[in-house]
Amino acid sequence: MTSTDVARATTIAPVPGARPADHRKVHVGAGQAEKISIRDLKFFYGDSLALKGIDLPIYERKVTAFIGPSGCGKSTLLRVLNRMYDLYPKQRAEGEVLLDGTDILSPKLDLNLLRSRVGMVFQKPTPFPMSIYDNIAFGVRLYESISKSELDGRVEAALRRAALWNEVKDKLDASGLSLSGGQQQRLCIARTIAVRPEVILLDEPCSALDPISTAKIEELIDELKADYTIAIVTHNMQQASRTSEYTAFMYLGELVEFGETEQIFMSPHDRRTQDYITGRFG
Amino acid sequence: MSLMAPVAHSASRPRYMRRRRLNLVMMSLSLAAAAFGLLWLLAILSTLVFKGVGGLSLDVFAQSTPPPGSQGGLLNAIVGSLIMTAIGVALGTPIGILAGTYMAEYGRHNRLTMTVRFINDILLSAPSIVVGLFVYEVVVIRMGHFSGIAGALALAILVVPVVVRTTEDMLNLVPNQLREAASALGLPRAIVIQRIAYRAARAGMITGVLLAIARVSGETAPLLFTALNNQFWSSDLNAPMSSLPVVIFQFALSPYTDWQQLAWTGALLVTFAVLALSIAARALAAGSRK
Repeated sequence: MTSTDVARATTIAPVPGARPADHRKVHVGAGQAEKISIRDLKFFYGDSLALKGIDLPIYERKVTAFIGPSGCGKSTLLRVLNRMYDLYPKQRAEGEVLLDGTDILSPKLDLNLLRSRVGMVFQKPTPFPMSIYDNIAFGVRLYESISKSELDGRVEAALRRAALWNEVKDKLDASGLSLSGGQQQRLCIARTIAVRPEVILLDEPCSALDPISTAKIEELIDELKADYTIAIVTHNMQQASRTSEYTAFMYLGELVEFGETEQIFMSPHDRRTQDYITGRFG
Repeated sequence: MSLMAPVAHSASRPRYMRRRRLNLVMMSLSLAAAAFGLLWLLAILSTLVFKGVGGLSLDVFAQSTPPPGSQGGLLNAIVGSLIMTAIGVALGTPIGILAGTYMAEYGRHNRLTMTVRFINDILLSAPSIVVGLFVYEVVVIRMGHFSGIAGALALAILVVPVVVRTTEDMLNLVPNQLREAASALGLPRAIVIQRIAYRAARAGMITGVLLAIARVSGETAPLLFTALNNQFWSSDLNAPMSSLPVVIFQFALSPYTDWQQLAWTGALLVTFAVLALSIAARALAAGSRK
């Protein structure tokens, strides 16, 4: 069978339960302010196309979850939002990603300023090889010249915000590496919010943590959305349904379905979404 | 009786028994080889201590190399070695670190890096006498005479490849996630390298420099062609300069017993200095892993 045959076969016999393709265009989240607007985003690793034209809004002060099987492009999408991919020579993005109306894919954009507005927390906790205090003060010092007492205040506020203050207030001089995995991850969140970003990207922030630490981070996400726009990549369905207001299901580099989390999990429009969330594949 | 059971049992597994016997033979051979190697090392060290310690006295550190038959020490050689090693390391280390940083942080996969790495590996294993001859051609002949600075240059050329290699290796060991995490805070590349990558790789990079010092402080061949030697106390970089390895070379081959004694003592000093540096390097590397 040639590939055209396959294509014809799929047009003739659509997947049972599939709705017309334009269900994605259904306007979700009417009345919400779009913090980030992704339009026809394509992403390339060398010559291979990893994102095949994504259109997606990310609403202000809401939590948007990206779900999908491994390799579907959800982490790639997240890494476009702070241009992380720019660290690597053979990766590039096409299309438009607007942050408050400004195209962040523009080559003229100051990447460091962008990243100070769009913070990121990674899968594995990545404390810097320095003290707990310096882990947080480091980024702040770089952008602001503030007095020692103000800096102390910022460090404390960030640690309190990340629900870590009570555990580390007596050992701020200890190495960040001396903390447990869950504490390290909260330290990384504290470090991210200390520089006062507007958007926080979370790339599977709990996949290396035990259930108790995971619960703490989820609680934290719930509190942070009052002030920040949050995008989270997760493999954990329950986590997506617990923490997010909006969910985007991705598959093979395409956005299959985007909608309010409840709708995605209770009554998905697309058969593939349903199969994935019910655990039939992925 | 109790012996019978396992024999009967294993007799049914001839291949297994053969393997066990072979294992025993190979293990014994390996042990014997290790012991044989260690034996010579111990023999060398103990001879060194045995012959060298007798000559250790305050004079060794307070007086310069004597003419045959009179009292003297190794002061000029010790100082010359220290000066040339210090300058060599001071010149070679920054070059090595900068090159290693470029290779690991900026040009990880590009052609320049691969070329430099290839040449660096050749330099790393090149006989040091070649470096001595090179500096002789380029510096000594043009200056018209041997000099301490030429010796220091030769040592610097030997330091560079060691430091390039360890810097690159150690920076490559720093997880990319750490760089990404720092970049994600909006830190510029230069700060990420200086404050995060160097910090994470610090112990390994210092170890590399210590190993480079250990390597060059025992070098004789490159100094023979460059700094040569000096009978007298001299800290003039523009004049020939004494060094421990060259003095050992000269005195050990001499027919005078007092010179031979000083050569033993000098050898002891060099060996233990290198030993101390290696131990420090190991301690540092072990400490950073905690």
